[in-house]
Amino acid sequence: MSHNNMNLKLKVWRQKNANTTGAFVKYDVNDISDEMSFLEMLDVLNEKLIVTGEEPIAFDHDCREGICGMCSLYIDGKPHGPWQANTTCQLHMRAFKDGDTITIEPWRSNAFPIVKDLTVDRGAFDRIIQAGGYVSVNTGNAVDGNSLPINKDDADASFAAAMCIGCGACVAACKNSSAMLFLSAKVSHLALLPQGEPERKSRVLNMVAQMDKEGFGSCTNTGACEAACPKEISIANIARLNKEYLRAGLTAE
Amino acid sequence: MSSKNMFTSSVGKKLVMAFTGIFLILFLIVHAGLNACIWANDEGLMFNKAAHFMGSFVVPRVLEIGLFVGIILHIVQGYMLTLENRSKRSVGYAVNYAKGSKWYSRSMALLGTLLLMFLVMHIYHFWTPSRLGGMAGIKSLTVFDKNGVEYHNLYAEMKLVFENVFVVILYVLACGSLAYHLAHGFQSAFKTIGIHNKRYHALISTIGYGFAILIPLAFAMMPISFYFNLVK
Amino acid sequence: MLNSKIPAGKLEEKWVDYKGHCKLVNPANKRKMEVIVVGTGLAGASAAASLGELGYKVKAFCFQDSPRRAHSIAAQGGINAAKNYQNDGDSVFRLFYDTIKGGDYRAREANVHRLAEVSGNIIDQCVAQGVPFAREYGGLLSNRSFGGTQVQRTFYAAGQTGQQLLIGAYQALERQVALGNVTMHSRHEMLDVVKIDGKAKGIIARNLITGELEKHFGYAVLLCTGGYGNVFYLSTNAMGSNVTAAWKAHKQGAYFANPCFTQIHPTCIPVSGDHQSKLTLMSESLRNDGRIWVPKNLDEKRKANEIPEEDRDYFLERRYPAFGNLVPRDVASRAAKERCDAGHGVGTSKQAVYLDYAAAIERYGKIEVSKQGLSNVSTEEITAMGKEVVKEKYGNLFNMYAKITGENPYEVPMRIYPAVHYTMGGLWVDYELQTNVPGLYALGEANFSDHGANRLGASALMQGLADGYFVIPYTLGNNLADEIYNTPIPTSHPAFEAAEKAVAERIQTLKNINGKQSVESFHKRLGKIIWNECGMSRSEAGLKKAIADVQALKKEFWSDVRIPGEINEYNPELDKANRVADFIELGELMCVDALNRNESCGGHFREEYQTPDGEALRDDENFMYVAAWETTGEHQWQLHKEELKYEVIKPSQRNYK
Repeated sequence: MSHNNMNLKLKVWRQKNANTTGAFVKYDVNDISDEMSFLEMLDVLNEKLIVTGEEPIAFDHDCREGICGMCSLYIDGKPHGPWQANTTCQLHMRAFKDGDTITIEPWRSNAFPIVKDLTVDRGAFDRIIQAGGYVSVNTGNAVDGNSLPINKDDADASFAAAMCIGCGACVAACKNSSAMLFLSAKVSHLALLPQGEPERKSRVLNMVAQMDKEGFGSCTNTGACEAACPKEISIANIARLNKEYLRAGLTAE
Repeated sequence: MSSKNMFTSSVGKKLVMAFTGIFLILFLIVHAGLNACIWANDEGLMFNKAAHFMGSFVVPRVLEIGLFVGIILHIVQGYMLTLENRSKRSVGYAVNYAKGSKWYSRSMALLGTLLLMFLVMHIYHFWTPSRLGGMAGIKSLTVFDKNGVEYHNLYAEMKLVFENVFVVILYVLACGSLAYHLAHGFQSAFKTIGIHNKRYHALISTIGYGFAILIPLAFAMMPISFYFNLVK
Repeated sequence: MLNSKIPAGKLEEKWVDYKGHCKLVNPANKRKMEVIVVGTGLAGASAAASLGELGYKVKAFCFQDSPRRAHSIAAQGGINAAKNYQNDGDSVFRLFYDTIKGGDYRAREANVHRLAEVSGNIIDQCVAQGVPFAREYGGLLSNRSFGGTQVQRTFYAAGQTGQQLLIGAYQALERQVALGNVTMHSRHEMLDVVKIDGKAKGIIARNLITGELEKHFGYAVLLCTGGYGNVFYLSTNAMGSNVTAAWKAHKQGAYFANPCFTQIHPTCIPVSGDHQSKLTLMSESLRNDGRIWVPKNLDEKRKANEIPEEDRDYFLERRYPAFGNLVPRDVASRAAKERCDAGHGVGTSKQAVYLDYAAAIERYGKIEVSKQGLSNVSTEEITAMGKEVVKEKYGNLFNMYAKITGENPYEVPMRIYPAVHYTMGGLWVDYELQTNVPGLYALGEANFSDHGANRLGASALMQGLADGYFVIPYTLGNNLADEIYNTPIPTSHPAFEAAEKAVAERIQTLKNINGKQSVESFHKRLGKIIWNECGMSRSEAGLKKAIADVQALKKEFWSDVRIPGEINEYNPELDKANRVADFIELGELMCVDALNRNESCGGHFREEYQTPDGEALRDDENFMYVAAWETTGEHQWQLHKEELKYEVIKPSQRNYK
């Protein structure tokens, strides 16, 4: 069942660090099995580079099972590559065929500065969460978990938004580098739960302000974020965020 | 953050776009409705009456000021947002992500610019002569008298303008831009003001696409009707 | 003899008493006390957040780009809690009992009872944070059963419970960052513990972006750095999961306990080739309906569906007629390994067995037919109906399998193989989660404490959060109360300088080797040695050989590894080299521990110690102790024993038949 039959050409963005300019470098990778994951294909290339004395390509990855959100890569014009509802780490080489040229770029957004090669700094997302993406409840303050029934549909919708893995594909996909899908997923997650109610207004206003400060663009509802999202976070969350914002803005003191 | 900068944040600016957009959508309905009077086949009587009403009654005149404010806001804000958004990605992609969104959703600024160019021509053709009187280079309007009341004969002006085949083509092309601008703008505006309920959203999308087809089609039919003498 | 500091008194009163009498630090003093938390998974994030809320000045460190990436995020099934919401007879005692028994009587009673006591608070806390647990139509929390327990006590959020709990803890942590109580250092790796007068007083951390070494002082150092499953190279752990922080602590004198207790999960997607970097777990629930088999013939060339019934070996059903495919994890794993070792494995690598749903599809199809009262139904229609039922039950797992393997599990049998996914062993800690080095603590999977020789499903999340939210805030205060008279130590102190120098020298040494082989290739070889000899089954001869092999590998590593790039820049290969160097040393200790433990218990199976029918044979008389190892030199360790005293539960042989 082994199919070590693919020879591919890669066009990879190489950049020493944030202060230098980068460029595409071409590589040939041979005898690639279609059972490999995309990152394993890069591992193979890196092993080759190390042995021949070149610097391996730096790219972020960790869990390699599609949940930690660490992997990125903009592959052939799509964040996380050609498959839908998928992270780069779960993309497999079956998606390509012998002789293909694959272009690999980092997430492009001024809010995500490049660290090295394909690795970017997504610290902006953490700072957006710091601006209000939480419920202010100290450990030990909680009442019994079942003291507050939550409508199952709301709980499910909240969960669907909370599935966001914070990978940044939405920003990478958006022509405006907008982080609205990420932001709206968090705002929706908490706005749909009674636990999020007390800080509902300040949360949305502060998080939007922080997003703007970080240098993300604004949303023009093109839907590219939703199409690129590995967890299929719905763009309806953005509309919900807008509603929350309008409501908070109009009723704020 | 206080409510003071409610309309200056990224979301706030989009709200301005959405509210002015929806206002312009409403205007399009009125405009299309009034212009549809040309098809009354009464040599423009009904149309000219309606146009006269719009030009002489105080409420439409006040709304007209609002309309200009709205259009200018929509245009200025639109350009500012576009420039701002472009500045967020200093180094672009070698391969663009085209599959994730509709081309017209990504091209609102371009479509809007086409519409702006059209608007200049359109105002020059109709609004300026009607409101400010004849200008150099334009044949002054004949005054149309029926039952002792004087009207500006905009109907005649339309007839005159749409004799030129290039103008007709430009108008039809502009209607195409409008159609695509609306195809995205209509539903986007409602998303921006916070319609997230799936059912309503589906409804608005359907209406939006219908609107984006029907209204520009109606407008496009006007120069075509005149050019091919389909109205009397 | 190790002092585990278990409070006196009745088991169920120990924790209550402890909390009632432990020393406290007043708020004004807390503000002056810096505490270091390394690792930001469930244990680390919850500890950092809770301590920040109390007013301590916390410095948190993680090697990932954000604390939200920690590998706790990958836990699927759920989190146990003795809430008894289902009125099915659950209680603190029952959770305690199940955990002790599941751990094959190698865990500490007092710790496990405390874990069961606080389990309910964890759920309350998480709900209050906005963790969207699954709910019933009435709006109340939903539970499911898990891992063979008789009660429904597992709370879950679809198949992403770990993610949701971690995001909850992460948000609490980020809130403290915003309030200025916690300073977050992401993309930082701890490379040594700094000890002054025998106490842990800080760490040396490396900024992974710039390569700079940093000195950080703290009144206490909390290691919440997870398990060491990646010593096997292939595991379900994240690529970055490592033992480095715990190992540095070990090198500074902290005892490493029960390193040979590792858990192997039977249903993982198998290795597809030498390029494989990581394994993916599939929920154990698949064994409820699937039948596991291998071809009888060696060198079978036919495709699975073309192999006739008489040429199939349903080895679990054959060997364990009573339990069949539902034997416990360790038994199923070992049986699969035995068949593959005998040459019956399937797939490219021959290291896999079939998990077949054809029979289940047919069975469900027939049930549907009779349910709907149909007659004259064709086989195709029955199959189609059966597939629908299977899809409803296991659709998401089948999809995941299809994505990774490219095969359609509705049509062809899935291939599965066991994989390492959790390590019960870890740094030895006392009741207060403090290691034998004062001021140095270990929380979550990084310590050894609560799961004995085998962990029950849905208990890892419970332990991580119990340690971070509800245990450490009390036990840390009890110890720091004595430290308030000591002023902070400037990082210019000679001990800090010396530690930093040592770390810098080690990095320079690694870089200077400039050999021929990549770090990854060494890691792979280490993994193969440990997997083969200290994996699912171990033997004296094999372990001795493994120890020699690992020692040789260590020598080769330190003379022939090649690390490209520079020291003072972002250099993932250098980070990896540091980690693999530690894994190699740990690998040796694992084999030493496995060799010492002349019994089989839980995840530790010694071939010499089994019942005539192949079951694990415990030796309570000689091995009812925690093996805590002290490093005494290169390749040398001294064993310290902590006797396990069972005052409430009477140990018995686990029996699956």
